Amino acid sequence: MATLFDKLWGMHRVADAGDGYDLLAVDRLLLHERTGGVALKSLEEQDLPVVHAARCFTFMDHIVSFRAGRARNEARSPGGETFILETRRLSADAGIRIIDTDSPDQGIVHVAGPELGIVLPGFTVMCPDSHTCSLGALGALAWGIGSSEAEHILATGTIRARKPRQMRIRVTGELRAGVTAKDLALFLIARHGAQGGNRCAIEFCGSAVDALSMEGRLTLCNMAVEFAAYTALIAPDERTLDFVRGRQLSPAGEGLLEAESHWRTLSTDAGAVFDTEITLDAGTVTPQVSWGTSPEETIALDACVPEGSNVRALSYMGLDSGQRLEGLTIQGAFIGSCTNGRLSDLKMAADQLRGKKIAAGVRGVCVPGSQGVKREAEKLALDQIFIEAGFEWGEPGCAMCFYAGGETFPSGARVLSSTNRNFEGRQGPGVRTHLSNPAVVAASAVAGYITMPQPAQPLGETA
Amino acid sequence: MAEPLVTHSGLAGALMIDNVDTDQIIPSREMRTVSREGLADGLFAGWRYESPGSRTLRADFVLNRHPPASILISGHNFGCGSSREHAVWALAEFGIRVIIAKSFGEIFHGNCYRNGVLPVTLPAEDVDRLASSCDGQVIDVDVRAQTVSARALPGWTGAFAIGAYSKRLISEGLDPIRLTLKEAGAIAGFLERDRIDRPWVYN
Ligand code: SF4
Repeated sequence: MATLFDKLWGMHRVADAGDGYDLLAVDRLLLHERTGGVALKSLEEQDLPVVHAARCFTFMDHIVSFRAGRARNEARSPGGETFILETRRLSADAGIRIIDTDSPDQGIVHVAGPELGIVLPGFTVMCPDSHTCSLGALGALAWGIGSSEAEHILATGTIRARKPRQMRIRVTGELRAGVTAKDLALFLIARHGAQGGNRCAIEFCGSAVDALSMEGRLTLCNMAVEFAAYTALIAPDERTLDFVRGRQLSPAGEGLLEAESHWRTLSTDAGAVFDTEITLDAGTVTPQVSWGTSPEETIALDACVPEGSNVRALSYMGLDSGQRLEGLTIQGAFIGSCTNGRLSDLKMAADQLRGKKIAAGVRGVCVPGSQGVKREAEKLALDQIFIEAGFEWGEPGCAMCFYAGGETFPSGARVLSSTNRNFEGRQGPGVRTHLSNPAVVAASAVAGYITMPQPAQPLGETA
Repeated sequence: MAEPLVTHSGLAGALMIDNVDTDQIIPSREMRTVSREGLADGLFAGWRYESPGSRTLRADFVLNRHPPASILISGHNFGCGSSREHAVWALAEFGIRVIIAKSFGEIFHGNCYRNGVLPVTLPAEDVDRLASSCDGQVIDVDVRAQTVSARALPGWTGAFAIGAYSKRLISEGLDPIRLTLKEAGAIAGFLERDRIDRPWVYN
C-alpha cells in the first residue's frame, strides 16, 4: 500500500544519507540564468566537474528582456546582462545544453521544460526555483532547491532529501463554466490558508482534477508552493501520455512503448494512507481575485473584502474592509508567467478581447510563456487580437511576474495579473497586484475595472 | 576543504549579544564578488573597524585580540536573518572553528556543518557561565564525545547534540558533495540498474 509519492521516492533512492535523509538520483536538473550561474561558478571555483551534463538544461527566462525584437543579451533589469553572459559561458563550459534567448525552444523553465519533453512522468526534476512544483502535473517528483543543492546535483547527480509528510487533495464534482484551475488553486489557498499545505507533498486527485487539461494541471500544481506545500503531484493518465508523446526529447518507437507501460503503473494504491486528506467540491468554486498581499487573501470576484482584514495589506492595496473588488479601477493588466502563460490561457484571454479595446488608462501586457506558445498563438492570430485590443505582445520569459529592477508598472498602480504571487513589491515598488485567471484579467482590462468575464462564445465547432 | 575537527582547544571570545544576524556577520557591502574567498576581511566589519569602509581596528572588539579567538561564544539566535552562506565562509576564513551559542538561526546552523564550523548549542546558563569565566581563555571541544569543557571551570562539562551525518562532515572535514562522492559505488550501481529499468531517462 504505497502512495505514488512513496513509489517515486523509492524508485530513486540510492542510499541512506544519514540523519533521516535519503540520497535520491536526480533525472533532470534545470537551471536558469538568475541562480544557475551562481551554482556553476561555485563548482568551477572548487574544481568539481559536472557529472551528467546531458541531463542538465539551462533556460534563459527570469531576467531576459520581454521587449519585442529584443537583442540576444538584452536583460530587463539593470546589470542583468552579466547573468545571461556568465550563465551561458559556464553552461557551455560544463557541456550543458542552453535553451538560449534566441532559441526557438526558449521559454520559462516550467513552461518550456514540459513542452520540450525534458520533463517526463516518473522523473525526479530539480530546479533552483520555487515553482518547480508545477512539473508534478506530469507525474514527476519535482521541487525547488537552493543553490548549494543545485551544486550537489551537478557534482554528484543526486540530492540529499528528507521525505516529507503527505497530503491528498481530492477535488470532487466538476468546475463550472468559466472557472479555471487558477480559481481552484486560489480558492483552496484562501480556504485553508497560505500555510495549509504544511510542507507536505500533495497529490491532487478526483474527478475535477482528472478533467483538467495538462495546462490546467500545470497551473494547479504551480500554485502548490503558495500553499506551503513541499511539492505537488498528479498521477499520469492517458491525457498525460498524449501530452508527452511526440515532444522533442520524449522517447519514440519501442522506447516509447516501454516508457508508457511504466508510466501506466504510476499511481497510488487503493489502500494507501496519507498524513492528511482534504476534499473540495469543485462546483462551489467561482472566479477568484486576491485582494491582499498574500495569495490566501483571496475572495470570490463578486465578494467584499472581509471585515477585520489585515490592516497592513489593506493599506498597501489601498482598500478598506467591506469594500467590493468588482468595479475597482485598474491601471495594469498582465497575462503570462509559469502559472498562466500557456496557449489555453492566451486563448481564454483573447476570447474576452476579440474586437474590443482596453480602457484608456490601462497598460496591458501579454507575454507568452514560451516561444512554442507564442508560435501556436500567432498561428491562431491571437497576437493580432491582443495587439488590436491595445496589449503589448512580448518575447517569452518571466517578464512582469516579478520585479528585478528596470521598467514596470508605476508605484500605486492597481494591476490584475495572471501570476502566482501578490506580495508587496512583487511586481515593482508600490505596485498593487491582484491575482486572477487570464479571462478576468482581459475582461477587466477592457472594462477598466475589475469585472466578471463574458461567458465564452461557442465557436461553432464546439457547443 | 575544511580541516577535520575531532577535538579542538582554542581561545574563546565572547560576543554576548542575541540575534547576531548574517548581515552583521558579513555586511552586504563587504560581499563584492560571487566568490567564497576573501571574506574574512569583511567579517563583522561594522563592529570590527572604527568606521564603515575603514580598516582601522577597534581595540575593544572581541575578534581584534591577539592571538585571535577560534571559538566564539554568543547569545540566542546566532546567524539569523538572510540565508547568505557568506556569513559562514567569512567566519571560517577568519579562523573560527566553533561557535557556542544559546540557539542558532536554522539555515546558518546547517551552513556551518558543510563549511567546517561546529555550531554548539548549550543551555543559556552554561553559555553565560562560559562567557563570564572563559572569555580570552582556552575551551576544549570534543566532537566524538560531544562535550565542551574549560580549564577555567574545573569539574564542569557541557554536552551537546549533533546528528550522525553532521558529525561526519565536521570530523572528516568534508562538505556534503565530497561526502556523497564517497558513495560513488552506490550511485554507479543505481545508475547501472536504472539504465536497464528506465532507459528513456538516459537517452
Ligand atoms: S514566471 Fe514568475 S513564478 Fe514563474 S518562474 Fe518566472 S518569476 Fe518564477
